[in-house]
Amino acid sequence: MVIVYIEEAGELAQQALAFAHELGEPLHALAAGGAPAVAGVETIHVAEDDVFASHAPAAIAQALVELVERLAPTAVVAAGTERGNEVLAHAAARLDVPFSANCVAATAGDPMHVTRVRWGGSLLEDARLHGSPKLLTVQPHAVPAAENTGDEPETEAFAPTLSEGDRLVRVVERVAAADGGISLADAKVVVSAGRGAGSPEGFGIIEELAGLLGGAVGCSRAVTMAGWRPHTDQVGQTGTKIAPEIYIACGISGATQHMAGCKGAKALLAINTDADAPILASADYAVIGDLHEVVPAVSAELRKARGD
Amino acid sequence: MRVLVCVKRVPLTGGRMVLTENAQAIETRHLGFTISPHEECGVEEAVRIVEAHGGESVVLTLGPKEAEEQLRDAMALGMDRAIHLVTDGEEWDPQATASAIVDAIREDESANGPFDLVFFGNESADGGNYQVGIRVAYSLGRPVATGLKGVTFEGGNVRCEQEVAGGRDVYVLPRPAVVGVLEGLNLPRYPSVPAKLRAQRKPVESRTPSRPESRLEKVRLVVPEGQGKEAVILGHGPEAAPAVVEVLQQIGVA
Ligand SMILES: Cc1cc2nc3c(=O)[nH]c(=O)nc-3n(C[C@H](O)[C@H](O)[C@H](O)COP(=O)(O)OP(=O)(O)OC[C@H]3O[C@@H](n4cnc5c(N)ncnc54)[C@H](O)[C@@H]3O)c2cc1C
Ligand SMILES: Nc1ncnc2c1ncn2[C@@H]1O[C@H](COP(=O)(O)O)[C@@H](O)[C@H]1O
Repeated sequence: MVIVYIEEAGELAQQALAFAHELGEPLHALAAGGAPAVAGVETIHVAEDDVFASHAPAAIAQALVELVERLAPTAVVAAGTERGNEVLAHAAARLDVPFSANCVAATAGDPMHVTRVRWGGSLLEDARLHGSPKLLTVQPHAVPAAENTGDEPETEAFAPTLSEGDRLVRVVERVAAADGGISLADAKVVVSAGRGAGSPEGFGIIEELAGLLGGAVGCSRAVTMAGWRPHTDQVGQTGTKIAPEIYIACGISGATQHMAGCKGAKALLAINTDADAPILASADYAVIGDLHEVVPAVSAELRKARGD
Repeated sequence: MRVLVCVKRVPLTGGRMVLTENAQAIETRHLGFTISPHEECGVEEAVRIVEAHGGESVVLTLGPKEAEEQLRDAMALGMDRAIHLVTDGEEWDPQATASAIVDAIREDESANGPFDLVFFGNESADGGNYQVGIRVAYSLGRPVATGLKGVTFEGGNVRCEQEVAGGRDVYVLPRPAVVGVLEGLNLPRYPSVPAKLRAQRKPVESRTPSRPESRLEKVRLVVPEGQGKEAVILGHGPEAAPAVVEVLQQIGVA
């Protein structure tokens, strides 16, 4: 048996279920606080306790450990989201077993052979995962999702035995953010600039083009380190991962850590003075030239095409 | 206040990943080294805490003897002293790493008292295992919150903030505690030249733990496909604008 921890129903849960299904054993699910709408598993075990009203990673991990002790699964799988990785790392620490984060493939066996991502996706690692059960998460958007169809699973509620310590780490407050406009992660168009922008003022033309396209503004780490833009604008391994229809990267060299954040873009247009910049090896389209001249020309041409 | 920050030496790769012949590591002959931006923010925060409340900041790494460079860099940003767990350069898996860090923390605490706060990066730059800090917290029996972009002291507690869709989620942990932080927590300072010189004279304590068997055992590294596209050159300079707009229209965003 394989247990899949479901943080919430949706695309990433379906990817984790498809991945777990490949291990060739019956699937059970664990959820905390309420049953998510997922199919394709025999039973959803729902951990119930007031603490699950908000995110409580240590308590969820304790529920998972109880279930592991009761059902003796060969593996536990979750989506490799921030919270999926967190809960499995807590469970791994409690069980004192290894944990392989952000896998893209796994072959059942002992040890289990896994392929996992490193460097935010710029590198892969083939590894042997020892211990029992095998704990692993699934790299988001790296495997196809299972269709959410099939028989409705049984639901079994249980009340895990939680200590004060298990209840301690939980969300006690949600501070709402001011509406910041189009979010970088969800934008259909992202226009970014790097060191080539030259200054904070260099972003005026980037904002203008993004505005015309109904898109969001991004940047590289060179820009955030210089204090030209806030870190919330940073695209990359340690910034935001984006997946727009088109990513327009101006004056950005294409370091692997930057590219780790824009692999999900359907098309990439690079604007760079250097025809040999590494970003061209990942770009679909390129303009060789100074962004301070090219970007305003594109904005003007867009206005012209719209008859403004 | 006593604060510890754990950092990991990693190569500063450029536009391409190049592996050694045996595919066990990144070819680093022409590369510099650094630490994760997440860990750099941990260092900056620790320095600020000690500046504000007094006490001592300590930076710790498990890595080859060359990793002393990263310890000196952190001390140039203001950390007071360093602990170096020296390896032969082989990578340690996350469980082994955590257990060596726990031993070092216990030893330091038995002489100097508990660390009020231990900082980890949310995930290491190269390994991305998302677990060393959490494992250390469990071994020490301390609460841990990860994915943090806000860490502030409130009396005997530490207020931890995560950025989530629609706002910030808040956790309040009693100290001593362990935190896993993200870039964006603060904007780290640049080290001054005098600070770099001072860092050369700050104490580094080193120890040589022995490496246990890997339980997450690396077999080989693989460079994923996807590099080496042939970009369509739409033109040179502002004359390329009409061709760019045509592409935007084709994609359906203009
Ligand atoms: C662990 C780790 C994590 C990291 N995470 C991130 C991350 O999340 N995001 C990120 O971006 N970086 C990240 N980095 C940093 C990354 O390695 C690079 O240093 C950074 O992306 C470089 O930014 P850049 O391309 O703007 O600057 P540079 O590399 O300096 O490139 C500037 C580019 O602009 C071009 N240019 C200059 N002037 C002009 C002009 N007038 N018009 C057009 N083009 C021009 C140049 O030809 C060059 O290609 C990380 C690094 C590490 C080690
Ligand atoms: N070799 C190491 N030496 C010191 N700290 C480390 C080491 N490896 C990992 N860490 C710490 O643990 C965090 C999480 O690492 P990981 O679990 O590998 O993603 C890192 O950001 C560091 O703070």
